[in-house]
Amino acid sequence: MNTPLGRRAAMATLVAGRDDDLLVVPGLGSTTYDLAAAGDNDRNFYLWGAMGGAAMIGLGLALAQPGKRIAVITGDGEMLMGMGALATIGIQQPQNLAVIVFDNGMYGETGGQPSHTANGGIDMVSVARSCRFPTCLDVSDEAGLDDLAARLKKLDGLLFARVTIRPDEPPRVLPEKDGTVLKRRFRAALGLTP
Amino acid sequence: MTVNSPPPDWPDRLFDTFKRADIRQVGYVPDAGHARLIERCRADADIHDVALTTEEEGIALAAGAWLGGERAALLMQSSGVGNCINMLSLMRACRFPMLMVITMRGEWEEFNPWQVPMGSIVEPVMKLCDAEVYRALKPEEVPQLAERAVQQAFGEERAVAVILSQQLIGKKVWVK
Repeated sequence: MNTPLGRRAAMATLVAGRDDDLLVVPGLGSTTYDLAAAGDNDRNFYLWGAMGGAAMIGLGLALAQPGKRIAVITGDGEMLMGMGALATIGIQQPQNLAVIVFDNGMYGETGGQPSHTANGGIDMVSVARSCRFPTCLDVSDEAGLDDLAARLKKLDGLLFARVTIRPDEPPRVLPEKDGTVLKRRFRAALGLTP
Repeated sequence: MTVNSPPPDWPDRLFDTFKRADIRQVGYVPDAGHARLIERCRADADIHDVALTTEEEGIALAAGAWLGGERAALLMQSSGVGNCINMLSLMRACRFPMLMVITMRGEWEEFNPWQVPMGSIVEPVMKLCDAEVYRALKPEEVPQLAERAVQQAFGEERAVAVILSQQLIGKKVWVK
């Protein structure tokens, strides 16, 4: 059994050397802190709320920007709250969207209570497969993570990945909290009227 | 389905408004009152029609669309309004434009009393969520209110709800 991946290092690997065509939407809480810790970028749209909405924000973005690659990187609790989005996305089949779930089987933000994925519970990879994600990856080691990072660099079809991570909570790294600032800088980075 | 009566005109006028406003993504949970408008959106090659499992998905979809430079709309029935409440905080926190068109149940010749609890609080709920509310009682009011709603949503970057009264939709729509 491998030592489970650390969340900060996993996020850093996924966005290392990113180009301007990769747009990242993390979920509220830990994945937002992980992404901020990996390096701030105008093409990150951090979430501080809207639990259950990350994947659907990714879908709207993917449909609007077919020339860009969109990575939603969220936690198991956030994904469970909006699990219907996987069905909606599976029907839409955007070719430029990756939904990645950092799964530690718990709600880190609220004290580590177990989520439905804990202890061999709900298997999000099977859920995604049932929702017609053509590529479903189960990532639990460095090699799997490197493969996922490489796929994000030239996304050619809808992808789901579960990244099993250690249930620890690194110190928080807090990005910009003002939603209007995050929205305007993101749009400006895409060449849109902020 | 309606028999022996001309199809209502307001769904097509709403569609015209969507096209003039360059709406490119339309999220919806299937709804009898919106059936014609959904059909028009599905048939339009320039509009991504996105069937949702729950209405709140449509709020997040519209946020993503705007981040990517497209305008979106959400079509729903009054019962869907309650499903959107927390997700609407996204619109307020980030000042995203959010155009919602809501068909009413539970207020006029309603055969299902379970539609009343949510239907009766749609307007106050929308206002509490910081959405501007426009209610159409008659079909001929729809186009002007929809135009105003579009201007306000995308011009002022805020949530706007166009409410289509059950009286306007007519009870015949509900006859199976």
